[in-house]
Amino acid sequence: MQSADGNVVTKPSSFRPGSDTPFIVGLSILSGTYVAIILAMIAADLAYVDADSIMSALRSKEIQYSIGLSLLSCSLSTLLSLWVAIPLGYLTSRFEFPGKRLLDTVLDIPIVLPPLVIGISLLALFNFAPFSWTSEWVVFEIPAVILAQFMVACAFAARAMRISFDQIPTRYEKVALTLGCNRSKAFWLVVMPQAKRGVLAAGTLAWARSLGEFGPILVFAGSTRMRTEVLPTSVYLEMQAGNLKGMLAISLIMIVAAAAVLVTSRLMGMKRLEP
Amino acid sequence: MISVESLHVRQGEFSLSDLSFNLPAGTYGIVVGRSGCGKTTLLEAVCGLRQIAGGRILLGSEDVTNHKPGERGVGYVPQDGALFPHLTVARQLAFALALRKTEPKLIKERVEELSERLGISHLLNRMPNALSGGERQRVALGRALSIRPKYLCLDEPLSALDDQTHDEIYELLVQTVKGTGVTVLHITHNKREVEHLADIVFRMAGNELHREK
Repeated sequence: MQSADGNVVTKPSSFRPGSDTPFIVGLSILSGTYVAIILAMIAADLAYVDADSIMSALRSKEIQYSIGLSLLSCSLSTLLSLWVAIPLGYLTSRFEFPGKRLLDTVLDIPIVLPPLVIGISLLALFNFAPFSWTSEWVVFEIPAVILAQFMVACAFAARAMRISFDQIPTRYEKVALTLGCNRSKAFWLVVMPQAKRGVLAAGTLAWARSLGEFGPILVFAGSTRMRTEVLPTSVYLEMQAGNLKGMLAISLIMIVAAAAVLVTSRLMGMKRLEP
Repeated sequence: MISVESLHVRQGEFSLSDLSFNLPAGTYGIVVGRSGCGKTTLLEAVCGLRQIAGGRILLGSEDVTNHKPGERGVGYVPQDGALFPHLTVARQLAFALALRKTEPKLIKERVEELSERLGISHLLNRMPNALSGGERQRVALGRALSIRPKYLCLDEPLSALDDQTHDEIYELLVQTVKGTGVTVLHITHNKREVEHLADIVFRMAGNELHREK
């Protein structure tokens, strides 16, 4: 068939874009496999341990101490992380300044470094003043646990906060400035109320990272029972003692704790923080 | 009067240079020009929201070049209104007055007066996500007028509205702003707004601002 200007044209009805089914099926298989493996892992943990192992783990004074210290240290390192990550995220989201790229790269260091190296670096740092003045109360003590968790968790929280602030258009601050706010008031009155969900997400991320932190804690805080023992340390100590069931019981406790934080933050995010 | 003298603004690769204009007190000035020609940059410079590299900005007889945005007494309405998503309509209107630690009774009176004038009295307890496009622009205008500004900067305030709402807000601008002594700098693409609202029209092209009317 030819058009008015003599070119061959294809009949509209003869063209078919092809089926979407293979694409959707491919997506589903690849995604589904990963999700299935995650659920299968948790199911395997559950199948391996019995209620007795979990109860005996929960009754153990060492594990009770470890759960307590984990909850306390994760919460403190999360608060510290947010305290630093919120200003850091806002600074990198809103301001252009010399050395910003360098700052971005430095903030990536705790994310890309092997966690063990963070612990070794902290140990090295506390050999030098002014840090060495406090090393007696920090290194191989509870503050070392919190500091090791904070160093990694804060970098993740700062990234999350930056993304959160990037998603809030600057127009709101501009209007607030014309209405009489200074930068600080615009931040507290206009930006932060909109960043609540971001703070919650960054806090959840920091808490979860802190709970799973092991390498830096082992190196910087040690693995002394009833002193610097957190849940990952307990898993490690049980493994060394050859107690597979105990190890899995503690792992399940960690899974439950992480899931509880995740679900709580999702629910709070959905119900209370809708702008 | 809004007076801009040899304004230079640099923003990444974009720049405005040696831009000057005068808008007499109480007039309604409209700036037209292609997208990306720097109209918003000019407006934000007048509001104090852009760092300027050179030149002077005068509001009345006062040189405000180095004044903070909140010290200039300029009401600003951005393109989509930019209502604070976490505040009710009443609190949007009271926002600037609360910052100035105005007495609660006076704030209440001002909010009532503004909401009546703008036809949004029934919306005072609503959140911005429960407002239509036209209602949002009314609230944004009310919020900007709450400080009784001598100058008003409007950045395409009608562009996101459907035809009927466009006409409503356009009428509202005529009633509440035009001829009230407020000097207005309004940027737009819309010819009807130019024909009906403008006392003075500037066309912005290639770093120059020509007076057309």
